[in-house]
Amino acid sequence: MTALVPLIVCLPLLGAAITLMLGQRRRLQVIVSVTSLAAATVMSAVLLALVDQIGPAVVQVGGWEAPWGIVLVVDRLSAIMLLISALMLLGVLLFAVGQGIVDGDTEAPVSIFHPTYLVLAAGLFNAFVAGDLFSMYVGFEMLLSASYVLLTLGGTGARIRVGITYIVVSLVSSLLFLSAIALIYGATGTVTLALIAERMPDLPGDIQLILGLLLLIAFGVKAAVFPMSFWLPDSYPTAPAPVTAVFAGLLTKVGVYAILRTQTLFFPDNQFSRPLMVVAALTLIVGILGALAQADIKRLLSFTLVSHIGYMLFGIAIGTPLAIAATIFYVVHHITVQTTLFLAAGLIDRVGGTTSLSRLGGLLKSAPLVAVLFFLAALNLGGIPPFSGFLGKIALFQAGTIVGEPIIYVLIAVGALTSLLTLYALARAWNLAFWRPKQQVKNYTSSMSASLVEDPQDEGIVLKKTVSPLMVGTTASMLVLTLGLTIFAGPIFDLTTRAAGNIGSPSTYIDAVFPNGTGSIAESNVGTNFEGGAR
Amino acid sequence: MSASLTLVILMAVMYAAGVYVMLERSLTRVLIGFLLVGNATNLLIFIMSGRPGSSPIVTDTSAADMVDPIPQVLMLTAIVINFGITALLLALIYRSWWLAQLGDEGDTLTDEHAAESADEADATFRSSSDDDDAIAESLDELERGDGATSDEDTTNHAANPARSADAVGRAGASARKAPGPDRGNR
Repeated sequence: MTALVPLIVCLPLLGAAITLMLGQRRRLQVIVSVTSLAAATVMSAVLLALVDQIGPAVVQVGGWEAPWGIVLVVDRLSAIMLLISALMLLGVLLFAVGQGIVDGDTEAPVSIFHPTYLVLAAGLFNAFVAGDLFSMYVGFEMLLSASYVLLTLGGTGARIRVGITYIVVSLVSSLLFLSAIALIYGATGTVTLALIAERMPDLPGDIQLILGLLLLIAFGVKAAVFPMSFWLPDSYPTAPAPVTAVFAGLLTKVGVYAILRTQTLFFPDNQFSRPLMVVAALTLIVGILGALAQADIKRLLSFTLVSHIGYMLFGIAIGTPLAIAATIFYVVHHITVQTTLFLAAGLIDRVGGTTSLSRLGGLLKSAPLVAVLFFLAALNLGGIPPFSGFLGKIALFQAGTIVGEPIIYVLIAVGALTSLLTLYALARAWNLAFWRPKQQVKNYTSSMSASLVEDPQDEGIVLKKTVSPLMVGTTASMLVLTLGLTIFAGPIFDLTTRAAGNIGSPSTYIDAVFPNGTGSIAESNVGTNFEGGAR
Repeated sequence: MSASLTLVILMAVMYAAGVYVMLERSLTRVLIGFLLVGNATNLLIFIMSGRPGSSPIVTDTSAADMVDPIPQVLMLTAIVINFGITALLLALIYRSWWLAQLGDEGDTLTDEHAAESADEADATFRSSSDDDDAIAESLDELERGDGATSDEDTTNHAANPARSADAVGRAGASARKAPGPDRGNR
């Protein structure tokens, strides 16, 4: 079982190397990248099944033991994240392949798409299996560097402009993360997650506070938490549709995963509960208010993406096992539904020629299949029963009412309001783009569209393109996956409850990495030159 | 934990200067700011290794005299990552300058440029595959052991310089089209 853990990172990297060499042969490139991601999906499914039965898989890379060498740890949370992200990456890759076939490879002309995409996958997997802070940082950097290239694919003016903003913001957050790692090393003498978890509670309160806040800010920028979310709605919609889908589904969730992992491991007393709650409420409400003003479907979805990060923060802030379980369930739900919606938006862009609500119309008649795909995914995101969005939110609210502090009731109210406003924004998109007859699009006046703001980079072009069966098929199977989350919500929630039990107490994780205890490490660890200063 | 005060002051100055320069509008200055802040962070990691000591891997030294090696490992990795990202940023800044020079024409012109370079790449591939064929042929002939094919060989060699001259001509043409630095940065 342990062999699977490094293999899941190495396989996409190997695929990236091969596809880079096959630059001139598109068909072989597609075969190699689809195969390696499909294999990664199978491996992560096997890993999840095994980890769920036998317990965490721990690999000491190169045989060097934990605090000195690099350690990879897969517990239930990591395995769930691995499986869901591998599935999403595979689905979006197939969509991109379908788009490439239709366009005759003009839209994605560069042969670097496949290698970069696979490096992104490897970085994601690496961040999920990392057992120490620094390899998590390396995983982050891998996926971010790949995302810089994917976002500026083709090098048009608009993409370079937003790409540079995105890159500079990401760089600042990476440097903050690196500084946090340096300070944590200075304070605890290690970068291994399990050992930090053991030593962190012994540090003075103010040092814990500084370290915790540094980590929260660094990951908060990546997860697009208000007020560090301003970069996201500008940068994501500019990229090609499949790239936007995978960014929206997965990149922000890596930040959420990192917050979840570090908060539960390092700060089991949940010191940051109150500030996290305030930030969660602001993220929820500010994000969704932004979505209400958007005329462009992709920008609208980007704002809902920012907003719904607030739900996950809410769960982390409550911090009880039930809340953590609900958060993991919500993360899984949100990854699938957001990816599906962005792929559906990509389809709308092609059948309608634009994603601006002021120029779309009559899509229900002209593209009924796309309409169904968008409609069901939108209902799911809006939290209509019985979909998984509803179940996830209910679980979160339930976990909140059990704790029952006044501020939590405020948050539940904000969460319910956000859910309704999400539904409003998406229902309006549905009304204008799908229900409105095509001939009414010109000279259309309604209070519904009066307040809409166009995308500043929109040039007003309507350019329809054909859609391949593979693109629709992939989006449909993603939708089936979100519906599967609804139907099998019971077993999945049981699984996330077990995962939350895993990370509920840091001792489980520490025991997995150090089966013989950590007592012998303290004396022999060269890095423990902190006794004098830090205390 | 003991640390050199000089290093701490140097780090603080680099952080301050880096953040200041990063807030400028010009992209090259943002890059310089990123380099300063990145290296300040590397210094921070280095400071975290504590007191100075002798090199850690040498076997004669006792553990008490060794300097902590882990921060150096972390620093090396961080330096490599920063280096790669700097290269990418430089490429993007050049691209953005190019687009700013050409204005709205930028997109269309670059497509033309891309087509040209694709042609060039094709030409390179073709000529190299011709070379491969020629080598394979001459090898075959060597195996067969008769020297009656020398004229065929020369035609192959004559064809290749013509092709490469063609490619050079195209590269020259595209270079002439590129905006020269003497036009100034607006």
